[in-house]
Amino acid sequence: MRTESPPLRPADVRVTSVMPERLRAPGVLLGFAAIVMAAGAGLLIGPAGIDKTAAIMELLDRLPFISVDSGLSEIQKNIIWEVRMPRVVLGSLVGATLAVSGASYQAVFRNPLADPYLLGAAAGAGLGATIAIVTGSGDGVGTFDLVPLLAFLGALIAVALTYSLGYSAGAQRSPAALLLAGVAVASFLTAIQTFIQQQNVDTIRQVYSWILGRLNTASWDEVSLLAPYALASTILILVYRRTLDVMRLGDVEASSVGIRPQLVRLVVICAASLGTAAAVAVSGLIAFVGLIVPHTVRLLVGASNRIVLPLSILFGAAFLVMVDLLGRSLASPAEIPLGVITAFCGAPFFVVVLRSSKKALG
Amino acid sequence: MNLCVAKEVSVRVGEISILDNISVSIEAGEWVSVVGPNGAGKTTLLSVMAGLRTASGSISIDGRDLEKLNPRERARLLAYVPQHPEIPPGMKVSSYVLLGRTPHLPFLGMEGPEDFRLVEQVLEQFDLATLGQRTLESLSGGELQRCHLARVIAQSTPIIFLDEPTTALDLGHQQQALDRIRRLREEHQVTVVMTMHDLTLASQYSDRIILMSEGRIAAEGSPAEVLESHRLSDLYGAHLKVLNIDDHLVVIPIVGYEEL
Repeated sequence: MRTESPPLRPADVRVTSVMPERLRAPGVLLGFAAIVMAAGAGLLIGPAGIDKTAAIMELLDRLPFISVDSGLSEIQKNIIWEVRMPRVVLGSLVGATLAVSGASYQAVFRNPLADPYLLGAAAGAGLGATIAIVTGSGDGVGTFDLVPLLAFLGALIAVALTYSLGYSAGAQRSPAALLLAGVAVASFLTAIQTFIQQQNVDTIRQVYSWILGRLNTASWDEVSLLAPYALASTILILVYRRTLDVMRLGDVEASSVGIRPQLVRLVVICAASLGTAAAVAVSGLIAFVGLIVPHTVRLLVGASNRIVLPLSILFGAAFLVMVDLLGRSLASPAEIPLGVITAFCGAPFFVVVLRSSKKALG
Repeated sequence: MNLCVAKEVSVRVGEISILDNISVSIEAGEWVSVVGPNGAGKTTLLSVMAGLRTASGSISIDGRDLEKLNPRERARLLAYVPQHPEIPPGMKVSSYVLLGRTPHLPFLGMEGPEDFRLVEQVLEQFDLATLGQRTLESLSGGELQRCHLARVIAQSTPIIFLDEPTTALDLGHQQQALDRIRRLREEHQVTVVMTMHDLTLASQYSDRIILMSEGRIAAEGSPAEVLESHRLSDLYGAHLKVLNIDDHLVVIPIVGYEEL
């Protein structure tokens, strides 16, 4: 076999038996159906009490070649197109980005409990947002809202800090050093954030509300802020889906079949962190999405990243739109912060995953 | 022709010398066993020769300097199975063997029909065809060992390095695994370098034995030249006797045998 391949057989031999796990129609269709249902509910349900049939007509009216009169007032139309729609779109972008980032972190660290926030992204974003809020640039008075920008930068700086710290502590040999560096960076940044917050008690409510995660300020501005990063990071991660399956062999064996595990880890961490930072910047800290969604997909359809990554995008989007709907309906007209709901479902889930992966963790 | 040449290879960890100025050359088509007591440097030598661990000195495969090759080029020349390969949870046998095709795919590319056909044939050769859809963790030790071998054969390299390929196997499966490697060598003219603990099995199957001790080569040559009672007893700190039974060398420990 060294120079020539063995004689090949006719193409009709049952080669399908060796094909790798791949995306199948039912999973994808189910994913899209979930998004459509969640988005539909998100667009039709709300405190403004818009008639649902009329709202459906209004939505249909925007489709090409269809023209129907919904009979809604301009204000009601505005609520659908400028309040509910951007909120649903932003929710699905945030959910998809957090879920696919989580799946890719779990792949490069070969750790089922790795999460986009693990390398300090959350703490960095929290610090950035807190600085923006206490310095008064976050109250929306100015022409430019600094909260998302500083949260974004904070998340990226934190991950960069973790990365350089981890590698100076020997992460080439063991990725665990990187995770430990993440813990150190996160607690350090959280300490600074808490200090600043305590010095400025007047804004504590605002900071707190940001940290708990929310989509209630969603507008098309935020969608356009997140979309390019979410798209770039997701595409880059998807391109690496087979390589991430090779990474499951561990660094030594992955390297023996011809890939550079450290380089793959760096590229995927950068992509996932960029997406996470952008998502956190517009939505605050929404925990556990990156754990719940990929693990559910893994349990239901298999562990290959060729399946887990694309399906995490679809179900992540649907999941966060649903959670947002719960958050604004359960205690309507008040809103329950998203981070509270995801953590409420996520923490028990975390335990289930931990118990079922006991063997894998050794 | 020398397929793999290691020249003056040394590895130090701090003050400790793991490999001390070792030179080895492996001929194309040869089956070489590296043996020696625990801590002799067998595994280190194997991973250095497989380009997975840095060392001073030089290693060339097929006339190409290993250091100047990128990982993909290297992985098309040599394949490697560690002593305890990773068993990715939930991975199917066929997907696992397909990972061996990685160095032959374009950058970030996917497998094509030819890869599927090749892997299908490899699975059949290893009696894994019916297990293709099973997950790795559902397999027995012997079946898993066949999966690891199938993966390196799917990698289609002229030389393979196996670190103690029979460690986890019972006597019958040890023999089956080695018989399989022998057939593969005949079918694919693949060169095999492996580390072994069992000196009797090493002498039965390999063309040449490299006996290591404390990071150096203590003896090197045909099994009959290397396996010698006094030398082995000294090196292993044990009472060993090498017997010749029907032209097969057998190394046995002798209890209380003082006059070796």
